[in-house]
Parts: sequence; C-alpha cells; structure tokens
Amino acid sequence: MKKWISLVLCITLFTTLFAGCGSTDTPNGEVYVFNWGEYIDEETIKMFEKETGIDVIYEEFQTNEEMYPKVEAGATTYDIVCPSDYMIAKMVDNNMLAELNWDNLPNAKQHIGAQYYEKSEEFDPGNKYSVPYCWGTVGILYNTSMVKEPVTSWSILWDEDYKDNILMQSSVRDLFMVGLKLNGYSMNSTDKEELDAAKQSLIEQKPLVQAYVIDQVRDKMIGGEAALGVIYSGEAIYTQRENPDLEYVVPEEGSNVWIDSWCILKDAPNKENAEKFIDFMCRPEIALMNFEYITYSTPNDSARELIEDEDIRNSKIAFPDLSEYNDMETFSYLGDEADEYLNNLYKEVMSN
Amino acid sequence: MNKKLLSAPYLLWAAAFIIIPLLMVLYYGFTDKTGAFTLENIAAIATAEHGKALWLSLLLSLTSTLICLLLAYPLAMILAKSNKGKSFLVLLFVLPMWMNFLLRTLAWLTLLEKTGVINNILKLIGLPALNIINTPAAIILGMVYNFLPFMILPLYNALTKIDSNVINGARDLGADGFQTFLKIIFPLSIPGVISGITMVFVPALTTFVISTILGGNKILLIGNVIEMEFTTTGNWNLGSGLSIVLMIFIVLNMVLSAIFDKEGEGTAL
Amino acid sequence: MIKTTAQRIYVALIFIFLYAPIATLMVLSFNASKSRAKWGGFTFKWYASLFENEAILKALGNTLLIAFLSAIFATLIGTAACIAMQHMKRKGRALLIGIANIPMLNAEIVTGISLMLLFIFLGIKFGFMTILLAHITFNIPYVILSVMPRVKQLSPSTYEAALDLGASHLQAFFKVVFPDILPGIVSGFIMAFTMSLDDFIITYFTKGAGIDTLSTKIYTEVRKGIKPEMYALSTLIFVTVLILLLLVNYAPRKKQDTHSAKK
Repeated sequence: MKKWISLVLCITLFTTLFAGCGSTDTPNGEVYVFNWGEYIDEETIKMFEKETGIDVIYEEFQTNEEMYPKVEAGATTYDIVCPSDYMIAKMVDNNMLAELNWDNLPNAKQHIGAQYYEKSEEFDPGNKYSVPYCWGTVGILYNTSMVKEPVTSWSILWDEDYKDNILMQSSVRDLFMVGLKLNGYSMNSTDKEELDAAKQSLIEQKPLVQAYVIDQVRDKMIGGEAALGVIYSGEAIYTQRENPDLEYVVPEEGSNVWIDSWCILKDAPNKENAEKFIDFMCRPEIALMNFEYITYSTPNDSARELIEDEDIRNSKIAFPDLSEYNDMETFSYLGDEADEYLNNLYKEVMSN
Repeated sequence: MNKKLLSAPYLLWAAAFIIIPLLMVLYYGFTDKTGAFTLENIAAIATAEHGKALWLSLLLSLTSTLICLLLAYPLAMILAKSNKGKSFLVLLFVLPMWMNFLLRTLAWLTLLEKTGVINNILKLIGLPALNIINTPAAIILGMVYNFLPFMILPLYNALTKIDSNVINGARDLGADGFQTFLKIIFPLSIPGVISGITMVFVPALTTFVISTILGGNKILLIGNVIEMEFTTTGNWNLGSGLSIVLMIFIVLNMVLSAIFDKEGEGTAL
Repeated sequence: MIKTTAQRIYVALIFIFLYAPIATLMVLSFNASKSRAKWGGFTFKWYASLFENEAILKALGNTLLIAFLSAIFATLIGTAACIAMQHMKRKGRALLIGIANIPMLNAEIVTGISLMLLFIFLGIKFGFMTILLAHITFNIPYVILSVMPRVKQLSPSTYEAALDLGASHLQAFFKVVFPDILPGIVSGFIMAFTMSLDDFIITYFTKGAGIDTLSTKIYTEVRKGIKPEMYALSTLIFVTVLILLLLVNYAPRKKQDTHSAKK
C-alpha cells in the first residue's frame, strides 16, 4: 500500500506545482474574443495586453456553424466574434450584434480599403456591425506532381482517376457550394430541386473522396497525402511555402468570395475594451504581423503597402482582382427553414 | 450520530448532477422548439440517415467488442497464470491511458496514412500498401485499441479469483485442458466477461471522436449525429431525442449484464 | 513466469499493438519538421519551447488541478456514501449503487450534454467551475467502486469494541475503520484522478471560453495540426509516470510485506 501512497504524494506535489500558474492582475478589465482557430498572431494579443492592461480571454472555433450555438446559448458571454459574411447576416437578423461606434475605431476607418466596406454592404447594409478582418476565395489546391492535366473546373473533383486523392471541406455551406457550382447553380440557392441536385452530385462523389476535413487539408496537402483539396485561398501561400509542388486555382464555374469580420455582441459586457481590441488589430503594423503569420489576405490597405516581399504584395492568390473571374459570389443567410433543409441534405450525404 | 446522514452529500449531488440533468435530456427529447410535447425527435431515428448511423454504430461497436474479447481472453489467462511481477505486468496495460487518448488515436493516423509509417515499412519490404484509413476498419481498429484495457482488466480480475484447487480438482478427476477450460474456467469467468463487454461496448457505441479522427468524417456514427446536433446544427431537441434512443441500448446492456452478473457490482477494474 | 514461447509472442504482440502509437508520438516529439508527415531530423527544440508555451502549460495546470480537486471531492463524497450505505437496508443500498453507476455506465456524450443542459438552465457561466462539477460527478462512481468492497469486509464488532473501550465515534472511525478502508480510498482516488486526466468528451461539452484542459486543447489542435510541443509534453508525462511505476515496483520490498500481511 505504501507504494500507492507515495505515488499519490508525487502526483499531488506535481499538481500543486502547476496549479500556481494562473490568474494575473487585470487592472483594466478584460475582453472575451471568439475567433477562428490559428487566425491571429498571438504576439499581437500580448502586445495589446501590454499596451492597454486589458486581459484578453481568447477562444477558438472551427466553423461558423459551431460558433453560433455557443454564442446563442449564452453560456459564455463573449465580447467579440469573427464570423463570416452569411453568419453576420444571420446574427444581425437574430438581433445578436451591437452597432459599432465608428468614432472609437479610427484605425478601422482609415486603413481598411473602401472596396471591402462596399463588399460588406451585401451582408451588413450600412456597415453598422462589422469591421473586415480577412478575406479571400475558395478554390482547389492541387499537387502538380500528381495532377498532370490543367485544373480549371470543379468537375476534376469528380474524376475517377483521383479516387481517394480528393479532400473536401466538411462544413455545410462550403461543401454544398462545390456541389451547386458544379451544377451551374448559385451557391445561395434555396431552390429544393437545385439543392437536391447538388446533394446527388456530392453523394456520387463520395466514393472518390479521401476525407471531409477543414483545416487538415493544409497538413495533408503538404505531406502529399492527397492530390486535390478544396481550400481557402489564405492557406495557399503557407502550403506553397512548405511544398512547392502545390498550386492554387479558382475554378471557372465561379466560387466563393468571403469576408470574415470583427463584430461586437449585443450583450457584450466589455464593449469599450472590445472596440479598443478591434481598432488595435486594424493598425497597419499589427495587421501586417497577422497577415504574415496566418497568410490570409488582409483588407487593410495600409498593411498591404508595408509588405516587403513584392511577389506576395502583388500575389494574384493573396490579392486577386475579382473582376477577372466569373460568377464569384458571397454567401448570404438563407433563413432558418432553408438552413434546416440544407442540414438534412448534409446529413444524407455524410451518412451515405 | 446517524451514519446514514453521511450519504446526504452524495444524495444531493446525485440528484443535482445525475438525475436532474437526465430529466432535462428527457424534457428536451420529448418537446419541440416551442416547448410542446412531441414524439418526433424519438421517431427521427427511423429516418434513413439516422437509422443508418445507428446501425453502423451497433455493427462497429459489436465487432470491436468481440475482437477485444478474443484478444483479451488469452492474454488475461496468460497474465493470471504467471506469478512473477504480475501486478506490474497488468499496470503496463493500463499505462498507455496516461498518454492522452486523443493523441494516441491521432498517432494511428500517422501510422495508417497512405504515406504513413506502416505503408512506408510495407513498401520497403516490397509488400502492397495497406489502405484502411478513413474506412470502417480503421474505426474498429481505433475502438479496439482504445478500449482493450477495459476488457483485459475485468477478465484478469475474474480469472485470478478462480481458486486453483477447483482447477486442480477437475484435472485430478480426469478432465483435459480443454474440458477444464470449457466446464470450469470459462463459466467462472463469466462476470468478468460481462463487465468487460459492458465497459467496451458502451463507449464504442457512442464515440464520435474515433470516427472523426480515423474515419475522415466519411463515416457518420450515431455519436457524430448527436454531437453535430448540439454543436453545429443547434437542434438540441433532436439531439436529446436521439440520445434517449441511445440510452435505450445502454439500459438494455445494463439489464443483460445484471442478469448474468448476480452480485450486482461487477468485477470492473 | 510466462511458460511457452507462443504465449510470450502473443503477449509481446499485444504490447506492440498498445505501444506502437506511443512510440510514434515519442519519435514525433524529436522531429525537427513541424509536419506530422515529414521527418526533418532530430531535435530537442520542442522540449525547450514547451516551457515557453504558456497556452500548453496553462492547459496542463488546469488539467492537473481539475483532476486533483475532482478526485479529492469525489473521494470524500464517495467514501462517506459507502460508509452510510453499510448502515442501510438492502433495497436502499441497491438503489444508491444503481444511481452511482449511471455516469459510469451511461454514454459519456449523454452525460456531457445532460450536464451542459443543466448548467445552461441554471445560468452558470461555463468555465473552470462547470468542468470541475462535471468531473466530480463522473468520478464518484469510481471511488464507490473501489471503496465499497473494503467497507463490506469491515467487521462491525471492531468498531463497537473501540467504542466500548472509550473511544469517541470520530476516534473509533479514524483509528479502526479508516486504516482498514484506506487502500480502497487510495485506489479510488488514483482511479478518479486518472479518469479526470484522460476525459475529453464531458469536458468538451462543459467547458467555457478561455479555459482548456490538455484534451480540449489537443482536440482543437488535431484539426489545425498538432503543435510538436504537445508531443514533447505527453512524452514527458508518460516517461514520468513510467519511472514512478518502476520506482514503486522495484522499491525495497521489506516494509511492503509486513504491510500486506496485516491486510
């Protein structure tokens, strides 16, 4: 029995040793930030904390769909969230966001490009609720050592030759976007026939798909696990750096142009701190740090000017000229009923 | 001092954190979004996609339970017979549990991937590649791997409890090894078998993590559906309804084990 | 010792099966490349950067603290319940044990969501507290499971004899009953600690913003690619536990024997 007691003692000692690290003083309060995974350079958070004395409590989510119920349930009172376009519209619709006080956001006014505010009008009319943080397209990342033919269309993801070599996105809207675009429909379709057709295509595709993933596309493509993967443009620069065989392309049928924006929640307990945080992130040098760390396109024009590497500053992938593409769309909120219909179709695809 | 009072903290705790939460699941399961009574959430199990997920979960968990039993029984017998450093040997089978189970499962991904460790080794010695990642086989492997210790321990406990005089007696009376096993050892180890099955079957039936990591999201188990309803689709009523269906299978399992294991407390761990 | 070669091979194979992933993780902790899929040479750098990674250390701190506190509370509540049950009628005892077994036999996912629903209903803010409450709840059955057999073996007469000899109830408990059930309590504590340490599903449903245990941290990292520091940390934990077990097992045996003889 003694041996057990000594084991317990050791563990106890070990525990209390670590229990010591913990809360720090927060003279200027705190701010709860709910952001995408790996979507910020943590150094910038530390800089913000140091400069303002505000404690940042930072939490990550993987998909818009995963974020929404957590915020809605109210089990945690977040101050800032960073949803995408259609989710912002949904949250505005459900009265969950607070109107921004632009007087407290001078950096956001000054440095974010006008065209991005214009684009935001689609889901946030009057730019009342959101400050653009990142944007980009969705396309196909492919390994040139495995794919010899030119990749121009979504239909290559239905090519039997690449059986077990295809990675698809696992979140509902991103997955169905591909199915709808393949069939030539709008990715914001609520027409049941069109949605069913997309579902049918996705079911047909399933035997060819290696896995439905979100962020793992990155690691798997770098490791040469798959030949083709649907991915956000922001990951393209990073993955190319790690594996030069990879190419990114936006298919000719059109694709998704998305914007992820900072929003403040209606019942945010720390609104002032939240505004300070958002404005801090809009400073050109901070935005640059974040761009270099996460490699997602920044809407911060002043930050783009600061990018030293000319290839990246003028990169067609990081900063595409949208007028060169056809049929680029931004997701819009479809309403609860269509959402539910889509969710059921999604389950049908997944369980098939 | 009334000794029964000592159970008060526990009773309060059980009421607050076991009974009431389960009643809430029942409440959500039997109501719709407006709070009106409905059986729809329970009946939802009959839809093609949910039914298929449940069927697949049952199939995979039963298969892996069986494999666990077949792997663990001989092992437990060997361990029970050996006498030197016995407890240490057993500890070695529990030790992997100290490494986080998500990491251990993830490690299988590294081993099984198309360009993974195992395939590299197979290639080196000129054997064909093993392509089981993102298939039901990979999920079964993950289940067996994660839950095997839960089968080994109860079996080992049950087998060590068997009085060696009984076995020797059978031998003296002329039974051969196989007969002794069939007539003496196996029947006496039944409580261990039952609690082992329970300990493996339930977590395997309800997992969503193993299928997510090793199944590449291509295989939807009932645990995945429930998790999805709570964390992404946000339909708690449906999620609760499906949980109730799941609990029916768990209760069934408990009743079966209670019938076989008359002592009522099992030999688990 | 194990008799035939066939048996040895069998045990060895199972060992390989159980330890192959662990070996993989250990190897990865020395991999200079950040990617799981590539070997980039041998390095110790992840061990160095581990101790500068606040997020991981904090998650480790939370994990250990929650495991420790929940095991303590579960041990207290569970042991008290076992002693009380000894004085109950058969039916009451069966009912209590039945309830106690629920979190152990029920699906973790159901326990997780049921607690989540409760905490939301009560308006408790999700965080350290909710995880702790949940862990105590699922830990109690493991304590009862290991203490109960010891309590059953107690003979009531020793306790009464102590009382007759002038000991107070408390004295009698701590001098007579407690030493007898201590082994059960300790193994219950250890089991609770281990279960809490390894739990992911229940924590996943009851955790709030800004708090992570190792499990939930790993789960978010699984999707983005695990940080190699995590491999380094688990290797350290694993090796520590292994060394402890070896020390304990091969520690001087003398005292051990007298103790087990007493039992």
